[in-house]
Amino acid sequence: MIHVEALSKTYVLHTQGGISIPVFRGAELAVGAGECVTLHGPSGAGKSTLLRCLYGNCKADSGSIKVRHGASQVDIASAAPRTIIEVRNRTMGYVSQFLRAIPRVSAIDVVAEPMRAMGVDVDAARARAGELLARLRIPERLWHLAPATFSGGEQQRVNIARGFAPQMPILLLDEPTASLDAANRAVVVGLIEEAKQRGAALVGVFHDDEVREAVSTRIVTLHPEVSA
Amino acid sequence: MSSQPLLRVSNLTHMYGNRVGCRDVSFELWPGEVIGIVGESGSGKSTLLSCLSTRQQPTSGLVEYDTKDQGLVDVYSLSEPRRRMLMRTDWGIVHQNPRDGLRMGVSAGANVGEPLMAVGARHYGDIRQQAATWLDKVEIDPGRMDDQPKTFSGGMQQRLQIARNLVTHPRLVFMDEPTGGLDVSVQARLLDLLRRLVTDLGLSAIVVTHDLAVARLLAHRLMVMRQGQVVEHGLTDQVLDDPHHPYTQLLVSSVLQP
Repeated sequence: MIHVEALSKTYVLHTQGGISIPVFRGAELAVGAGECVTLHGPSGAGKSTLLRCLYGNCKADSGSIKVRHGASQVDIASAAPRTIIEVRNRTMGYVSQFLRAIPRVSAIDVVAEPMRAMGVDVDAARARAGELLARLRIPERLWHLAPATFSGGEQQRVNIARGFAPQMPILLLDEPTASLDAANRAVVVGLIEEAKQRGAALVGVFHDDEVREAVSTRIVTLHPEVSA
Repeated sequence: MSSQPLLRVSNLTHMYGNRVGCRDVSFELWPGEVIGIVGESGSGKSTLLSCLSTRQQPTSGLVEYDTKDQGLVDVYSLSEPRRRMLMRTDWGIVHQNPRDGLRMGVSAGANVGEPLMAVGARHYGDIRQQAATWLDKVEIDPGRMDDQPKTFSGGMQQRLQIARNLVTHPRLVFMDEPTGGLDVSVQARLLDLLRRLVTDLGLSAIVVTHDLAVARLLAHRLMVMRQGQVVEHGLTDQVLDDPHHPYTQLLVSSVLQP
């Protein structure tokens, strides 16, 4: 489902004297259907950067990121923006650490939005969104409010519902359980298991040892690059 | 995905005498896509938009638009009447200052109904009905239909201008700082509205803004301009979260976090 080859990434900070920070060099990763691969390593090893490169949010300097998109294969590292948008709409979901709330958009519509982009009709998308919100214990009285005023944990759960609701073939998870209590962590572990069962390919970063142990089919360790 | 761009721009340059307005800009806009143009004041954003929307003849370069009957044609080669018809039926232009896009001396309903009449609608009852529907869509009480826009607040005027532009179902909308000059609460409402209308109607749009948050919310793709040139372009979140060009990095790091 995902095939990363010889991927390199260096951040160059022009506003801070042009200092360059190598993140990884020649990274390789292969993820198949039904797998949950965990990226592991110390802070600064490039876990989040690799995840963001897979999503096209970060532009790699060289190498390729081949992703199965329907019947075809797309190289995220070199694809045109509109192709990446198409892949994100149909194939690849991403759960970030923080919800980017949009003023005036209700929690249920935030969750329904990616399904709407896939072409699911409003009622079906809302019904599925409600199902996920209920599982993640967001009280129904909050569903029609904009999440900007929610607590950190509630926002994160809305974010998780948004990521899991459309049942994408590929799901990228950047510390989805960071601000959750034990009961909600268990729900997320359950969601990840179900995604594996239906044959999705998952790549995640989990700081919580228990979650990592529970969901990983394989752990890939990254090491920080030393500045040349 | 469609295989034909809606708009194709090649090597577009506009000079003001010896000074550069915009230089060597090339890009394609695809159906349903929203492109944001960001950059500081004087970077050539508005000049570019004027050249694209045939309000200012470029010094050199090509602007081609996918017309319904002839496919891609150079918009500057069209006869004046055809160009006017294109602007009335296919394009919309939302100005930063609503007074530039509205007729202040006639009622709100007439402002929305007029573009319909310009494309041939004649039945008064239908026109009035459509105007009321559109006022409602942009969250203006249809009861205010017979009031003149000068009695409206800035945010209402801007929403009215949007209704006036969208009532004829254009395929491409040019927006120049659509939220500039509005206070933030009014801005949020307008943005949410624009986002919904663009998605529901499948519009393509080119939005000039100096507000990166507005760009992130509305645009699929971003072009960063500086001194008349496009210095960086790409997927909106990629450009904002992983900027490569020194100027984009400066721009992104200069935004104040509230």
